[in-house]
Amino acid sequence: MLRQIITRLLAVVPILFGLSIFVFLLVHFAPGDVTDALLGPMATEEAKQKLREAMGLDRPLVVQYAKWIGAILQGDFGTSVHTQRSVIEVVLPRFGNTVILALASFLLALMIGFFVGMYAASKSYSTFDRISMSITLVVGSTPPYWLALLLVLAFALEFRWFPATGMRSITGDGGALDVARHLVLPAIATAAGPAAIITRMVRSSMLEVLGQGYIRVARSKGIARRTILWKHALRNALPPIATISGLQLGFLLGGALFTEVVFAWPGLGNQLYYSIVARDVPVVQASILVIALAFVLVNLAIDIFNATLDPRVRVV
Amino acid sequence: MTDETLATASTAPPRRSRLAVAWLAFARDRAALVSLIFLAIVLLAAIFAPYISPHDPFEAERLARNKPPLTDGYWLGSDSNGRDILTRLFYGGRISLLVGFLPTLIATLISLVLGLLAGYFGRWVDQVIMRTLDALFAVPLVLLAIAIAGVLQPGVFTVTVAITVVLVPYISRIVRTSTLGVTAQPYIEAARAGGAGEAAIILRYVLPNMISPVIVYATTLVGLMIVVGSGLSFLGLGAQPPAADWGTMVSDGRVVLKKAPHATIFPGVMIVLVALAFNFVGDGLRDALDPKAGARRSSG
Repeated sequence: MLRQIITRLLAVVPILFGLSIFVFLLVHFAPGDVTDALLGPMATEEAKQKLREAMGLDRPLVVQYAKWIGAILQGDFGTSVHTQRSVIEVVLPRFGNTVILALASFLLALMIGFFVGMYAASKSYSTFDRISMSITLVVGSTPPYWLALLLVLAFALEFRWFPATGMRSITGDGGALDVARHLVLPAIATAAGPAAIITRMVRSSMLEVLGQGYIRVARSKGIARRTILWKHALRNALPPIATISGLQLGFLLGGALFTEVVFAWPGLGNQLYYSIVARDVPVVQASILVIALAFVLVNLAIDIFNATLDPRVRVV
Repeated sequence: MTDETLATASTAPPRRSRLAVAWLAFARDRAALVSLIFLAIVLLAAIFAPYISPHDPFEAERLARNKPPLTDGYWLGSDSNGRDILTRLFYGGRISLLVGFLPTLIATLISLVLGLLAGYFGRWVDQVIMRTLDALFAVPLVLLAIAIAGVLQPGVFTVTVAITVVLVPYISRIVRTSTLGVTAQPYIEAARAGGAGEAAIILRYVLPNMISPVIVYATTLVGLMIVVGSGLSFLGLGAQPPAADWGTMVSDGRVVLKKAPHATIFPGVMIVLVALAFNFVGDGLRDALDPKAGARRSSG
């Protein structure tokens, strides 16, 4: 088992290596010059050229990449062009805020997914099943930013139950309760899409398991319906659900960017967006790499979780 | 009609082409059929926008700002610049549909080449292609699209490029898996034994037999990409003013969310409806083109 995990961990290295090349080239071939951002539109060509030389931008690509990746491996992601602060100082606290939003949304999505999905599967083709499945279809096609705006319209502007924006920092003076109040609407908006997909997966996976012989045996032995559902069936239905949920966590990070922008949540998605607008290249690069690392590790964790659930599943 | 022709008509079953059989199976799915008709209407409205629009899409009427729906000839109301929302929905559909469809088409063509090569030749070709694409898998699709669109100049072309790039890894995997299934079939070996060259085998035997699941997958993706594309526009990375797609319209409506909620609501409804419709059409296509997958889907 440990061997398998280590092998998988090592397999992550070339993936991240490939991605780092992609991120490097992407920014390199982008129109517009870093020197424009640094020196402003009035700068002379001479000054720009000087700065390019000073920054090593006139050296061969391979050299530039080696220098860049070497620094990153030592934890140095460079300096934010915009704020002149170290990129890691900008990115890490933002990442923490995104983790809070992502975890809250993920738990919400899992809860909705399991309860609605299990209930729909146990009463398949009932009115509840039909209605909830129709809702998941619609929600699955709903843009997260639009849903976020509808929530703001209903619960912040009309009913004034929750604030629409104003979340500045977790360690602010409001305390945990204040964070929770600010968290409600963004978490719902972020969770909706993943919840819809997890619900459908829970339902279909449960239906498949419920149709099998050992469930009928358990039922004929007189075991309570609830026990069969939550103990016997769920355990065997879990691996595909876990896999799809892990993927959802990735999409959730994507959706979170939109909700972060709409609700002005100070997360990494919001930061990535503003860095893109401000052409703050080092922050963009670091944000993507951090998100990718988190995404890859989460999926690895899911695979390991599946392997512990079902010994037939190999991690590698 | 003579007795003779009647006799032949009753003994020989009508010969239907593969396409006709698929169409009959598709038309049996009522949700798919209704969706297809809906999409056709939306497409026609977008194409003929200049002829059917009640107003000018770009001209700002200062006296007609934030009109609620069904007032003064503004069926769906007007936005904060006094522009007719229905008209802008027609024009916006041109960009939104294009941004959903074109990248999916281009990505499918690229993926067909990559996936067929990887699946058919295997070994190092497979390794090189699939491991390269794995790197792109490490970033969630939407974030990667935003990052790509973000570093390029904003615009419809950029959104098209960004979505194409992020789709290739996904579609290529489907193409490869589908190709692997076909390559193992005996008729491929028979073709090779019959002296057919590799290119002929791929084009005449592998491609036609592996393409159905790819078409189904791509169709479902179009709806999803309309959602993604509108998201990029919402962030200001897509269509630039005064042109607007449905995502830009939602974004424009944000500033007057309380005063004129319809400006935000209607374009969003269009995105949801069109994405849903592509989903249903995809499901219908699956049943029509790929009956085995349909059976798997309903059982699991």
